[in-house]
Amino acid sequence: MKKHWRILLWTLWVIVAVLGVHGFASRLIEGHRHANYGSYIIWGLWVSAYIYFIGLSAGSFLLSSMIYVFGVKKLEKIGRLALFTAIITLCMALISIWFDLGQMFRAYRMVTSPNFGSMMAWMVWLYSLYTVIMVVELWMAMRADLCRWQSEPGVRGWVGRTLAFHRGPLPPEKERWCHHWLKVLAIVGVPLAIAFHGGVGALFSTLSARPFWHTPLMPILFLTGALVSGGGLMAFVVAAFYPHRNDEQRQMVAYIGRAVLGLLLFDVVLEWAEFSVPMWYGVGHEYDLLMRVLFGDFWWVFWIVHVGLGCLVPIYLLAFRGDKLWSVGLAGLLIAVTFMTVRLNIVIPGLLDPHLQGLQNAFSDHRLVFWYVPSFFEWQVTMFIVALGSALFYLGYRFLPLTANQTENSPVRH
Amino acid sequence: MKTNENTPSPPVKPESPEDFDRAAFIKAAAILAGAAAVGAVALVNGKRTKISNEPTGEATVRKLPPMETIPVDRHSDPLLRMQKELEIAMAKPVEQRHWMMVIDTRKCVGCHACTIACVAENKLPPGVVYRPVVTEEIGRFPNVALRFTPRPCMQCNAPPCTPVCPVKATWKRPDGIVAVDYDKCIGCGYCITACPYNARTRDAGEFYTEGTPALQPYEQEPNFEYGKHWKREGHKSPIGNARKCQFCLHRLEVGMLPECVTSCIGRATYFGDGNDPESLVSELAAKPNAIRLLEEKGTKPNVVYLI
Repeated sequence: MKKHWRILLWTLWVIVAVLGVHGFASRLIEGHRHANYGSYIIWGLWVSAYIYFIGLSAGSFLLSSMIYVFGVKKLEKIGRLALFTAIITLCMALISIWFDLGQMFRAYRMVTSPNFGSMMAWMVWLYSLYTVIMVVELWMAMRADLCRWQSEPGVRGWVGRTLAFHRGPLPPEKERWCHHWLKVLAIVGVPLAIAFHGGVGALFSTLSARPFWHTPLMPILFLTGALVSGGGLMAFVVAAFYPHRNDEQRQMVAYIGRAVLGLLLFDVVLEWAEFSVPMWYGVGHEYDLLMRVLFGDFWWVFWIVHVGLGCLVPIYLLAFRGDKLWSVGLAGLLIAVTFMTVRLNIVIPGLLDPHLQGLQNAFSDHRLVFWYVPSFFEWQVTMFIVALGSALFYLGYRFLPLTANQTENSPVRH
Repeated sequence: MKTNENTPSPPVKPESPEDFDRAAFIKAAAILAGAAAVGAVALVNGKRTKISNEPTGEATVRKLPPMETIPVDRHSDPLLRMQKELEIAMAKPVEQRHWMMVIDTRKCVGCHACTIACVAENKLPPGVVYRPVVTEEIGRFPNVALRFTPRPCMQCNAPPCTPVCPVKATWKRPDGIVAVDYDKCIGCGYCITACPYNARTRDAGEFYTEGTPALQPYEQEPNFEYGKHWKREGHKSPIGNARKCQFCLHRLEVGMLPECVTSCIGRATYFGDGNDPESLVSELAAKPNAIRLLEEKGTKPNVVYLI
């Protein structure tokens, strides 16, 4: 990467990190006071960010399962990268939702006294299992390389000695054992990822009090969204971070790009159903809410960011420039980043309108309103999560054997 | 992981890639089937167990001082009658009472006295309100009329808010009140989204007199919700928790009517035991003009409106 680009990225990271740490400290010390969500619109930016990151995680994980379960040979070399991306985005999701809790240090109660009648308890348990499976899978996939690293000097040798749990080169039967169980776990992971991400959709759609969310399509929409956004992210990650600029990389990126294009088109169909069915005859509660999404104060979030930058531009790039590395990478990045607006447009409109008309006039209080724009503090906390996630990703990228058989040289600096 | 390493690798010694695949699939299927079975048991168990472990029976009987100085009958002032009925209801074990509220909207003048009395009684901070008076404007200016609908918690018989709680921090009591345990609530907000009446709010830890020369003592006094002593300071509960109307349970326990009932200037709010066929609320709830809010949601509210 060119030097000035590197300086620019580092500067950007430092700014985001400083603002983020300030937000993080403020969240710990002063709680929810500086947030703009209130008692009626109880979930805002952080919950949206949570379902966004967790979607990226489920999507990249399912992509990794294409390799480990379905044996797509073409993508073999990016399996670990996909798994690692899934782990990092999951961490980001969990931190995001943890900050949203009113009593964040009681989160352990989800483990000690769960109510398995609640969709939320299921979600927590399922993604805990999912985390364990992903970490073990990644370890098994890296183990042979970790053993190979042990004799090297510096951090890599240390990482190899600490994480391999084995001295010296890994004997073939152990490597085989690792591959075998990696496959078992990858197979187990597929229904688990579907269950838990569908479960996040179900967390919303099971609430009969919120007609905007209460649709059986929601879990399916969440899954498709996860595949699209996670696939987009992986297209970008492989285009930007794969250590060798060669034909193999171009082929992998083009392959992911085609899959993402198909998924994106399918997602558009689902979204059409989600909007057109409740809106067709122009009457009803949901119609009013959807009209606010399409033509309310934040119309540009839907039309410009989501439809324009998140659908039309990527569809053009993937369909007509699908063979070029940069265009697929850019399309993937656009899809992955703008998908946040889809998440915001699910969470917030669902809470916008009271069933009891006139409740908005009942009590004058800045937290008892049906209006929400995230405060700068909320953005700061999200910046903290992004800075932390990108730092963890960078560390892993530098100091873990994430791309297969990269024993010869140190990874290419980014 | 470690112990497995010592045993010879997979039991089915894979010969070809197909065998290797088959062995992996069989193991994965076994793990998944086991997990699904455990999950099914957890789900059924979770749906069947009652969360509440409230005491019931004789221990919950309250012997309140009898009202002897004033004779009370069916024709007495409603407040006196309700006070007498409260005494009778509290003499029964908790599971035999069923608290109900009846609000006569024709008598409500929209003074918001109940809202404010409730705020004072429960020391509610900004962003938390248990009983707002929903105010609708009907017609087009200048030909407008106002309609007022006080909205406490409906203490639903089929509450949508309790089954969603991931940590068993909210439940329906034997006397019909939907309670929250502030010490258990993690403040996730899921119950708040589940209530179609918006009857739950979250305490964001603010104070009305913040930013003035001094925090006023009335905001720092403890409240006595659920018969306990809650002082709002630092990050302690109920800060960060879901909060809601509980029909002033702590007052009922000591023989007082809910604060909104006693503070209503128009005698528009009635309260009592729905299990007592002689009570004022039972009488009123059976009137032909009685309705419940959002009945189509199937929540079976215990607050009845006379229209």
